[in-house]
Amino acid sequence: MSNSTEVAIVGIGMHQFGRTEGVSGMDQGVVAVRRAVADAGVKWDDMQFAFGGSQSSGAADTMVSKLGLTGLQFINVANGCATGGSALFSAYSSIRSGLSDIGMAIGFDKHERGAFRVETKGMDWYGSSGLALTTQFFGMKINRYMHQYGITNQSLARVSAKAFRNGSMNPMAWRQKPISEEDVLASPMLSYPLTQYMFCNPAEGGVALVLCRGDLAHKYTDRPVFLKAAVVKSRRFGSFEVLAPSIALEHNAGPTVDASKAAFEMAGIGPRDIDLAQLQDTEAGAEIMHMAENGFCEHGEQESMLANGETEIGGRLPVNTDGGCLANGEPIGASGLRQVYENVLQLRGDAGARQVPNNPKTAYTHVYGAPGISGVTILSR
Amino acid sequence: MPTRVSVAEGVLEETADGPRLKGSRCIDCGTFAFPAQKSCQRCSGTNIEPTLLADKGVLWTFTIQGFPPKSPPYRGNADLATFVPFGVGYVELPGEVKVETRLTEADPSKLHIGMEMGMVLETIGVDADGNDLVTFAFAPTGN
Repeated sequence: MSNSTEVAIVGIGMHQFGRTEGVSGMDQGVVAVRRAVADAGVKWDDMQFAFGGSQSSGAADTMVSKLGLTGLQFINVANGCATGGSALFSAYSSIRSGLSDIGMAIGFDKHERGAFRVETKGMDWYGSSGLALTTQFFGMKINRYMHQYGITNQSLARVSAKAFRNGSMNPMAWRQKPISEEDVLASPMLSYPLTQYMFCNPAEGGVALVLCRGDLAHKYTDRPVFLKAAVVKSRRFGSFEVLAPSIALEHNAGPTVDASKAAFEMAGIGPRDIDLAQLQDTEAGAEIMHMAENGFCEHGEQESMLANGETEIGGRLPVNTDGGCLANGEPIGASGLRQVYENVLQLRGDAGARQVPNNPKTAYTHVYGAPGISGVTILSR
Repeated sequence: MPTRVSVAEGVLEETADGPRLKGSRCIDCGTFAFPAQKSCQRCSGTNIEPTLLADKGVLWTFTIQGFPPKSPPYRGNADLATFVPFGVGYVELPGEVKVETRLTEADPSKLHIGMEMGMVLETIGVDADGNDLVTFAFAPTGN
């Protein structure tokens, strides 16, 4: 790929994740945009396009009334948990195609407390009967996985404890207090075998990224990070997905496996070349399963990897260095972009107390969500 | 005397031999679906026939719903003070499809993947008029 068609991330901005009383989801997005634009040393007026989305905080394009009416092309993206990833993919495509030089990917959200309330319009029986909870899917998927591959509850607890430990080193995280493996295991059982501290919560936050043509990147920053791959895949027949009243007998490994393979192909590298990864951890089991689904290990190998600390910040493959969804919560529109934000910080060497050692060069993100969609990016500097 | 009100209207049929789930089958490729679909998710065909699904199968995976689901949409007992956890799982109906369902058993030590299950009706709460709200569930058959 010639430099002119490479895509660089030259500005990043975030509004703190968690709960911010009195500030709307969209206003958190506006804060993120202002910070990203400042980080790139550009003006909002320089932006040729924006792709943005939220699940619960309104149409992103109305942000222009708060940011300035500059006439830019602003397209709303609504793709469930892959909203951020889809905004990023769209921005990437706009630049790769040669249509635009510089623009933004934006995601923000603010959700009510408690498990997501699922709309089951046209399928009243599903929610009425006490099904239609995303938490049930996660409990059922990891329960079968543990049965098949010998993953233990201790490994689930290790993932959660790591997330809160990493979150304690992240001033933008929602949960910044370490929680021990014992306390994770002793917390209330929400959806067997998953306890309260093994689940992330719906939350609030905003993230924005400024992207530009690779050959222009040095105009804005001396530390550009290049987007080597951005992929979004939907499910295929036979995969086991969240909020599915039935599953086919025929087995398919799911959209994460597809998205991961396509991303590695696009980037021209393999899982062994990745220095750190942010993997969807809606709950502790998801991180474990996604390690294998994204090609970083064999099924079952996670048990020893976690026991040996291989996914800790100083380990062979640090995973969810900012505390992941477990410590940051999940504002749907912003969650995928948070992962990219963290990877840019890590590749710039700006991650502070949680900086991955030895100057990491490549970083990976993965989101998964309803109704069976996965988004993957690969960054390098 | 309270009457029974089904909250699974549209997907449940009570036959002389007991309750059955209403699914569909693709005439072209033989794929089963639940709930009934108008087109086939496997071959994209539209040559579909309705069918009643098997009422016995094996447990493919499970969880226990440990907190009251949000109401709405849940119509069963969602009162935190009196809520009783319930099982949820996928039951593999041989040769057909795996269906998501409530389980009558909520003790994880009494459930295991691969055990045989049969379909029953379960009362999940009471409506404003005092009627029993029922839906489908699967129960261990002891085999």
